[in-house]
Amino acid sequence: MSEATAPRRGAKYPTTWRRPPFIENPLFRYGSVVLALAYLVWSLGFSIEVDMARVIQGLDRAGNMFARMVPPDFSRWELLYRGITESVLIAFAASFVGMIVAVPLGLAAARNLAPLPVYLVARFIIVLSRTFHEIVWAIFFVKVVGFGPLAGVLTLIVASASFISKMLAEDVENMQPGQAEAIRATGASFPKLLIYGITPQVLPRYLGVSIYRLDANLRHSTVVGIVGAGGIGQVLAASFSRYDYDFSLAILLVIISLVFLGEIFSNVIRSRLR
Amino acid sequence: MTVEEHARRYPAVWRRFNPRETLVRYAWYLGIMIVTAVSFWRLDITWVYMLDAHIQAGDLLFRMYPPDWTGFEAVLGALVETIHIATLGTLATVLIAFPVALLAARNTTFNTLTWTIGRFILVASRSVNTVVWALFFVAVFGPGPVAGIWAITARSIGFVGKLTAEAIEEIDVGTVEAIEATGASRLQVLWIGILPQVLPVIYGTFVYRWDINIRESTVLGFVGAGGIGILLYSEINLFRWQAVSVILIAIFAVVVVSEFVSATVRQRIT
Amino acid sequence: MLEISDLVKTYPNGLKALHGISLAVDRPMVVAIIGSSGAGKSTLIRCVNRLVEPTSGRVVLNGTEITALGRHGLRKARRRIGMIFQEYNLVERLTVMENVLSGRLGYVGFWRAYRRNYPPDDVAAAFEILDRVGLEGRENARADALSGGQRQRVGIARALMQRPELLLVDEPTASLDPKTSRQIMRLIVELAHERGTPVLINIHDVALAQTFADHIVGLRDGRIVFEDGSDRLTPAVLTEIYGEEDWSTTIRKVEEDDEAEGAEAAKGRDDTESGVAAG
Ligand SMILES: Nc1ncnc2c1ncn2[C@@H]1O[C@H](COP(=O)(O)OP(=O)(O)OP(=O)(O)O)[C@@H](O)[C@H]1O
Ligand SMILES: [Mg+2]
Repeated sequence: MSEATAPRRGAKYPTTWRRPPFIENPLFRYGSVVLALAYLVWSLGFSIEVDMARVIQGLDRAGNMFARMVPPDFSRWELLYRGITESVLIAFAASFVGMIVAVPLGLAAARNLAPLPVYLVARFIIVLSRTFHEIVWAIFFVKVVGFGPLAGVLTLIVASASFISKMLAEDVENMQPGQAEAIRATGASFPKLLIYGITPQVLPRYLGVSIYRLDANLRHSTVVGIVGAGGIGQVLAASFSRYDYDFSLAILLVIISLVFLGEIFSNVIRSRLR
Repeated sequence: MTVEEHARRYPAVWRRFNPRETLVRYAWYLGIMIVTAVSFWRLDITWVYMLDAHIQAGDLLFRMYPPDWTGFEAVLGALVETIHIATLGTLATVLIAFPVALLAARNTTFNTLTWTIGRFILVASRSVNTVVWALFFVAVFGPGPVAGIWAITARSIGFVGKLTAEAIEEIDVGTVEAIEATGASRLQVLWIGILPQVLPVIYGTFVYRWDINIRESTVLGFVGAGGIGILLYSEINLFRWQAVSVILIAIFAVVVVSEFVSATVRQRIT
Repeated sequence: MLEISDLVKTYPNGLKALHGISLAVDRPMVVAIIGSSGAGKSTLIRCVNRLVEPTSGRVVLNGTEITALGRHGLRKARRRIGMIFQEYNLVERLTVMENVLSGRLGYVGFWRAYRRNYPPDDVAAAFEILDRVGLEGRENARADALSGGQRQRVGIARALMQRPELLLVDEPTASLDPKTSRQIMRLIVELAHERGTPVLINIHDVALAQTFADHIVGLRDGRIVFEDGSDRLTPAVLTEIYGEEDWSTTIRKVEEDDEAEGAEAAKGRDDTESGVAAG
């Protein structure tokens, strides 16, 4: 062995080493840095330039606000309680309906199951409903069915159905084709294929996603009220606009603990599903 | 083998679940249905509004057509502002989320107190919706994109931080031990042993959250926090539905493009 | 010179993994620790650089009492002890060179490590070691693009970059095929002899231990039950260490293996991993 390396030992080894750059081409490498910097200057310039004075002022105001926020004011707990229960009910109702609606939609959006036209329509519906934020949908539904919790429920049905069905479609598309093929090879019809070849593979994750969505709906149900679609959001927005910051803090604390509980609940159930 | 023996060994009835399991499953189904039914019942929904809902919706869509492109320049400007809010907010997020994640991961935090603080920041950040954060920051900084950027950041810290903390908790301990065994300092272990392992997750969640934030920042304007939402809100209040449809088309285009960008980048990273 | 005296380790769950181990390892000596799974081999080795905190007892390396050091002192002492792991424990997403240079982390400040700006001597030494372990030209490859054997070579290079006064090796070949295992073991032993570094090595494979170690320590339930030259290993001793089993085949097989290997080497076999395999 010493013979094998001895000749090299005298040779000089390089004394510097640079890590190979992430982007080979120096033009691209420095180009992207310059671009990133240019973007920062441009975007920061647009928003901060005008507002720098206000930011400094804002810090002052933030201190002021904190002073007015604490201690939280729970004296109007009845209003708070009514808003929160409404939010929770909206979340429950919407989750279940969304979960049901998601099944046909998700299956229709799986390329390996649905014929092309059905697939395209289903995908378009999913993309369309996912594109617009819950609040936009809430406004739409408020216009259509009027103010109140119904608009909130419909909004969250759209949101959860599109979310769950997208996941479901992905799962069905990623299924191991072998299993479904084996069932098909026994001469099973489409409904039987659904029950034996597909359900066992996607059911656990479908349930998991649905429960996750319940938890997400709980979080979203607290804002649809801002545009009048029911729930605690309405109360919260009102308290902010009336500078009742101590009441706002009380509401926020309740929301945080509720969402926290919901998350624990959803984690427990999901871990038991596995 | 007698007939009875044969029957016992090869029963003619087979069930996937034993009776108790079946019962539990049906109890769950029933429970979920009851909860749903009770929710609807307690909500005091005025169902009659549903009767003409399709007419109302049709009417609304009818009034939105054809799109009125005259104000498109203003829409474009607002759209750019929306993208800026999302991008800057997400950038700020990553800078703040990594240190918070270090506190919130059991294997890198200092002690139980710091761990609790880290976890609390993550939970509080995530529980409050972006729009609610925006209400708060508008009250602090006044209306405008600055409030929007902070709202996006405040909400995303919890998202990015949680995923990063999970990634930190799942890193290969052996590698960290190996670096410690060379006599490296704590900071070096962090930089050489831990960061490279979680970097892909940080990049991935950054891009993923950016895509979500684009969507979120389209509505921040409803509470005055900048972006295209301001325009959308005012056009809706003025019942100018044909202008509304232009804004919706613009939002649709941006969100679809951003989702595509995010998906492509994420695929490249991993 | 490493001296371990009365080393006891009780894990927090109450399990007593080491019952008062005393052991000395002097320069260029390769000491293999054998024993069945759970005997406490890893615990013993990891107590030396205090990756596992010993409950009581002393570890002294060339006059430094490692067990008495504080945080800072321990870091200084760890720089003098190289360690090689079964699962290589490389930073997978970094290049081979960064992994090798990480052996110098104890000597450079944070900023230099951050910029990957190591002293020229270290860089030259890293290139030399890479050459020596048979990875010349691979410095820019990412660690996760290497085979198991190659990764372990990087692991060895990283440990040697520390210019250690002692090498701790925890089952370096357990994840490798028999041939690569031998090459890796030979590499470790040769390098240790070249540099006069004592080696404490955990190994499952009795045959390998016998072939490459000068001295063998048999561990059973946290106690030393055998300590002697590797040529003194007999079926009776193995029974003492591992329990009843027909050991004659194991030991005979060792010799056969070795002859076969010798013959193969004599034929002038030389492959891509030549720098190492050539005895
Ligand atoms: N972190 C720990 N906490 C509690 N007990 C442990 C811990 N690590 C090891 N042990 C126990 O200590 C004993 C010795 O373990 P050790 O890892 O040293 O064995 P080993 O000889 O290296 O085994 P192997 O050959 O399987 O690697 C075992 O009984 C093990 O279960
Ligand atoms: Mg071990």
